[in-house]
Amino acid sequence: MPEIKVTPLGAGQDVGRSCILVSIGGKNIMLDCGMHMGYNDDRRFPDFSYITQNGRLTEFLDCVIISHFHLDHCGALPFMSEMVGYDGPIYMTHPTKAICPILLEDFRKITVDKKGETNFFTSQMIKDCMKKVVPLNLHQTVQVDDELEIKAYYAGHVLGAAMVHIKVGSESVVYTGDYNMTPDRHLGAAWIDKCRPDLLISESTYATTIRDSKRCRERDFLKKVHESIERGGKVLIPVFALGRAQELCILLETFWERMNLKAPIYFSTGLTEKANHYYKLFITWTNQKIRKTFVQRNMFEFKHIKAFDRSYADNPGPMVVFATPGMLHAGQSLQIFKKWAGNEKNMVIMPGYCVQGTIGHKILNGQRKLEMEGRSTLDVKLQVEYMSFSAHADAKGIMQLIRMAEPRNMLLVHGEAVKMEFLKGKIEQEFSIDCHMPANGETVAVTTNPSVPVDISLNLLKREMALGGPLPDPKKPRTMHGTLIMKENSLKLVSSEQALKELGLNEHQLRFTCRVQLQDPHSDSDTLHRIYTHLKSVLKGYTIQHLPDGTVMVESIVIKVSSCAEDANTKVLLLSWSYQDEDLGSFLSTLLKKGLPSGLC
Amino acid sequence: MAAHLKKRVYEEFSRVVQITHEEAPAKKLRLSKPSKSAALHIDLCKATNSTDALQYLLHFARKPVEVESVEGVVRILLEHYYKETDNSVRLKIASLLGLLSKTQGFSPDCIVDDAINTLNNEKSHQVLAQLLDTLLVIGTQLPESPTVRLRLIQMACKHLSDTYFGVRNKCLKLLGCLGTVDAPLTKDNEGADVRDVQTIISDYFGDQDPRVRTAALKAMVGHRHHLMYVCLQACRLLTDDYEQVRSAAVQMVWVLSQLYPESIVPIPSSNEEIRLVDDAFGKISHMVSDGSWMVRVQAAKTLGSMLQVSPHFLEQTLDKKLMSDLRRKRTAHERAKELFTSGEFSSGRKWADDAPKEKLDRNTVYLIASGACGAFVHGLEDEMFEVRIAAVDALSKLARSSPSFAEKCLDFLVDMFNDEIEEVRLQSIHVLREISTHITLREDQLDTVLAVLEDSSRDIREALHELICYTNVSTKECVQLALLELLKNLNKYPTDRNSVWKCLKFLGSRHPTLVLPLVPELLSTHPYFDTPEPDMDDPAYIAVLVLVFNAAKSCPTMPALFSDHTFRHYAYLRDSLSHLVPPLRLPGNGLDLVDSRCSSGSVESAQLFLQQSLNRVSTIQNLEAPGAQELLNFTIRDLQRLGELQMELAGAADFCATYLRCQLLLMKALQEKLWNMAVPLCLKQNVTATAAAQQILEETYKLEFLYGGLESRQVATIHHVRLQAKALQLVLTARTRLFLAELPHLQDSFVDTLLELMPRLSSCKPVEMVKILQTTLRQSGLLQLRLPEQIHRATATIIEPTGESDNPLRFTTGLVVALDIDATLEHVQDPQNTVKVQVLYPDGQSHVIHPKPGDFRKPAPDRHRLITQVYLSHTAWTEPSQIEVRLLLAYSSSSTTSLSAPKLGWSDSVDGLQSPEAAVEGTIPFSKPVKVYIMPKPARR
Repeated sequence: MPEIKVTPLGAGQDVGRSCILVSIGGKNIMLDCGMHMGYNDDRRFPDFSYITQNGRLTEFLDCVIISHFHLDHCGALPFMSEMVGYDGPIYMTHPTKAICPILLEDFRKITVDKKGETNFFTSQMIKDCMKKVVPLNLHQTVQVDDELEIKAYYAGHVLGAAMVHIKVGSESVVYTGDYNMTPDRHLGAAWIDKCRPDLLISESTYATTIRDSKRCRERDFLKKVHESIERGGKVLIPVFALGRAQELCILLETFWERMNLKAPIYFSTGLTEKANHYYKLFITWTNQKIRKTFVQRNMFEFKHIKAFDRSYADNPGPMVVFATPGMLHAGQSLQIFKKWAGNEKNMVIMPGYCVQGTIGHKILNGQRKLEMEGRSTLDVKLQVEYMSFSAHADAKGIMQLIRMAEPRNMLLVHGEAVKMEFLKGKIEQEFSIDCHMPANGETVAVTTNPSVPVDISLNLLKREMALGGPLPDPKKPRTMHGTLIMKENSLKLVSSEQALKELGLNEHQLRFTCRVQLQDPHSDSDTLHRIYTHLKSVLKGYTIQHLPDGTVMVESIVIKVSSCAEDANTKVLLLSWSYQDEDLGSFLSTLLKKGLPSGLC
Repeated sequence: MAAHLKKRVYEEFSRVVQITHEEAPAKKLRLSKPSKSAALHIDLCKATNSTDALQYLLHFARKPVEVESVEGVVRILLEHYYKETDNSVRLKIASLLGLLSKTQGFSPDCIVDDAINTLNNEKSHQVLAQLLDTLLVIGTQLPESPTVRLRLIQMACKHLSDTYFGVRNKCLKLLGCLGTVDAPLTKDNEGADVRDVQTIISDYFGDQDPRVRTAALKAMVGHRHHLMYVCLQACRLLTDDYEQVRSAAVQMVWVLSQLYPESIVPIPSSNEEIRLVDDAFGKISHMVSDGSWMVRVQAAKTLGSMLQVSPHFLEQTLDKKLMSDLRRKRTAHERAKELFTSGEFSSGRKWADDAPKEKLDRNTVYLIASGACGAFVHGLEDEMFEVRIAAVDALSKLARSSPSFAEKCLDFLVDMFNDEIEEVRLQSIHVLREISTHITLREDQLDTVLAVLEDSSRDIREALHELICYTNVSTKECVQLALLELLKNLNKYPTDRNSVWKCLKFLGSRHPTLVLPLVPELLSTHPYFDTPEPDMDDPAYIAVLVLVFNAAKSCPTMPALFSDHTFRHYAYLRDSLSHLVPPLRLPGNGLDLVDSRCSSGSVESAQLFLQQSLNRVSTIQNLEAPGAQELLNFTIRDLQRLGELQMELAGAADFCATYLRCQLLLMKALQEKLWNMAVPLCLKQNVTATAAAQQILEETYKLEFLYGGLESRQVATIHHVRLQAKALQLVLTARTRLFLAELPHLQDSFVDTLLELMPRLSSCKPVEMVKILQTTLRQSGLLQLRLPEQIHRATATIIEPTGESDNPLRFTTGLVVALDIDATLEHVQDPQNTVKVQVLYPDGQSHVIHPKPGDFRKPAPDRHRLITQVYLSHTAWTEPSQIEVRLLLAYSSSSTTSLSAPKLGWSDSVDGLQSPEAAVEGTIPFSKPVKVYIMPKPARR
């Protein structure tokens, strides 16, 4: 049985450094090539030595597919392609290709310039790496080589995020990357057709969550911001530069527009401007509303949101500031937080996940006194709010995707083990399909049952159709007679005559004969006649002939009677039928073995 | 054959002419056209190749065919059909046959045989499909003939095994439309087993082609008699790969659920049983999260019409949480609290609440199988706004039938106020208004509702005001909150003034007891100290007063809390804003008397008064001229005042007053002394009478077209007055010397015809006729006016521009400037076609602008809102000046008839005839003109 093997190098029962190796139909594919935010040593990149101890990866991998531009999905790409060595194609969607190098460059700057690390990839390497990228369009089938084809589906999550359908022959795998089943203010919902893959590899970040309606969340968020602004307070929203930031910007921008509010909204500059530029360009990747209205006005050309300057933080009056980074662990957001923390009118809204140890995590857990460097303490008087705006599918969304794609097997990655366990149980119970959740480095093999395509000759098909009833019934298999010819890697089903002709063979007749002993006191000819009448009454709808030369023909089956030498009452019936009439022949022999009914004349 | 046919065509043509002669000898003229069939035959014979023939046929199809010649045409077509080798031409002929069979009055039974015959010989699949379609048309035209039906069904069954999907499609469609349970029991090919149509159709649920599956499902939907087992098959198709099949299956399941709502079906995998309608509801709910948005829309819409579903199931559609023993209430307060108690899933609203807790019993938890769970939650946050709107609509329908559900869906509707598409927001506000009779808003809910008052879109705000008019609130804090928010709204958008006041009027009259404790605070009165008297012109103060006075109406203790100036303000407002301030029974002050009289004037008594006035007028015949005129004058005045006082009767009173004014004018015109004078002397006096006649004419048009709800009797009365006015005009014209001199020479004129038509007048000469007319006119009395149930006067108010601005609108000459117009139209039928905007420039130029149909909105029944832009342009002026903008109601006297006239032609006829009779076209101004200050500047060089 052929197998699909999956080995996560990262993201197996873990979040971060997504990197999954898939071998399907003799092809090896790497799905995503991310880094881990939590580590600063070698553990931050996937362990490529798993693939090969030394040497380049090119000969071991047929292609690399990147689902979206978040660093935990593409952060290790230059390292892999330039430092470890890979020259094959790298597939990603157009927006990902555009935004990915910006993020990589930013990441490189922070690691090399700020933290002073050496032995890291350079700007040139990022450029070289991007040269190997082949862009993908949605729903476009790309032939990687003769057998391997990939197709991208919309995944929501962030701009340009895609799910990929990988197909070799009749085996297929769908990798979801990160996806979102509920549409938001700037992106649509993930969608896939009923492709029935052999294996669906899904993220499971929110395996145990069923989110409330997003409307509630949005309303709460807006209400909190609005109230705070009306009180004259300042609102700080720490965000990462891409993705959620744009979502919240759109949300606030439209709210400001609708409510005619005047308080300024600022966005700390940098990355955002460049990224925003691409958001404006890739309108086709956004949701219905933005796509439909961009002719009048591109929603990403913000009217109320202005660039932030450090000095604005001390301005009097209400304002809303988006600042990076999202977990309040460093940078501008932390500086502003320190300034504003003392006033209870102000507010900080944490829109997403915070790693343990960061200030964001601390204040969310209710800590009101923070120790800063230099032994000083900071009293946190401002209000702290948490609003989950994470763009991952929740448990129900994951189930919905499974229902959409109808996979035969399921594999969970990109989530915490305990939560995965819960969801795994659910999936197995609901869909009764196998669900796997390998840890990093652990290989899962999924056996597939690929269908073998066979060409059938049209004449044969038509003939068989004509034989069957008029009613179609595709659910019910039907047997048919034909000859399977295997020739030069192709399979062909033809009628036997044609097969004989093609192969230049003569037809052989195969006949079965059998003797049946029968106790019958009558003469031979009478017995024959009795058999004739008996068969006539049993086999209606068949042609039965009593021939003058002392035989009975049922279709092409010949029945003869002779008396036994020893006992005249024991008659020996000779049945002979051709191979084609095997069914009828064996039926007749069993019938005659039971003897003739006595009531016959 | 061909010769015979031709002969027949000609015969039939000539026969038609003869018969008409015999039947209606009185009619002199009968237009006859050359027979269509003959022309077609000649055309088709001329055609050398198939393209030509096709062209002829296409051309032919554009013109209607008379009933009499249909059969001939059909014969010709069939004849060509047999000869034709080209598939496309045969296809066109087949489709023409179908179209022809639809002709009114033609009975297609004569062509059934031929059609079936052609069907048997046809080889091309496309043509076969078309022929079956034609047969379907024929079959539907002959509902009374079971034999034809049987034959057609047999044909359909025969062709069901065709290999081309289109043929199978059409066969199924035919079976669906024509098959009945009892009659056609066709024999299956294999044996003697007898199968009915349903079985045959349901066999095709499993067809390999999705289009055929769809057709089979649709055919089944068309069938009114179903078999239960079909349900199972339909349910299986809900998970089909193709969206059209799923969509049809949703429809199918819905039909089944409507037919057998109470049947009990078992739940697979358990031994419980539920009602079919609940099962279907669950299954369709499931489809709300389908992959295709078309199916989602369909499912959401369908859910709205399943009113029989049990409340238990209904409530689950709003509950995204799992179906478990822990059944939670979903109120906004409890939600947040209870989210964590279950320990299954976190909501993502609070930090770290998704930390894993104790394991649940997995058997109690279903994620997908519990279909109905959260269907609306999904639908409301769908990606496509079409789905969201469908879901909102469905919610409204379900909520209207179930108060408890209305209570539950409140939170969700309120959430929709925040949607990104305005249409959805508006729709959800409307829906909330519709169901608001069932619900009482809590404070927090009210708070979120009121937050929308700051919306910059006027439509949204007004819809919300409308909503607040109908909502019930529970506490006095709510009333206060609403008032505060409304005042804030008033402050921010002063143009909302009227709407806000109206809103507070209802708020006050709905919640008198809640307002009572607030009164001292609202009016800022103090037990010991006098407080300063508030400014009477402050809209906010008026708003507060409107609230208080309306509450005081049903709360007699409240006036005791008023201070002196409040009573004064009451008197002022009662007079200036009488529609907002109700009559109050106030102690002392003398106001008591006035108000008690006013308040007793209920609608019934006003109605009575109206009727009495009309009766009084009817006695006019017996009075002398001056007395009659005086009576009329008084009555008109009374009626006008009545209309002002009683809003409900304003239409009727106005109508009567206008009618009486016509009568008065007529009477005046006829009773002038000029009639007794010699003709040459009275030319001057004629002027007033002519003017009167003209005015009466105008008034009658107003009467006819400005008022809605008229019955034919009233229209006839109006026409009668108009006729009188016209007669008056004629008489006046006749009295001029010119006419008198020329009259004898005007042979064959209108007068002649008139003479012919009127036997009584036929003997006399023109001059005499005028005299007769004159006397009859003078003798003619007042026609008693009978009032219909409801008369509404069409009115329009221009809200914007207000006409108060002193800043001229400056623009460069030769260019245009857009002027925003915002107007409310009441009781206007079909405003898209009738309402125009007129712009009058100071130099007498006037432009009439037709607003786009999209500029009209319909916020409430009988009310329209026109929000449009008109473009102004003019040559340079030296000074700013005012232009006038007003709304016109266009009418045409033929409009009533042309609407009911059936459409001509039987196919896509583009060159249809226009109604030839010249209609009287005109416009009635029906809004107060608004002045706008503009200043076209000369262009700078």
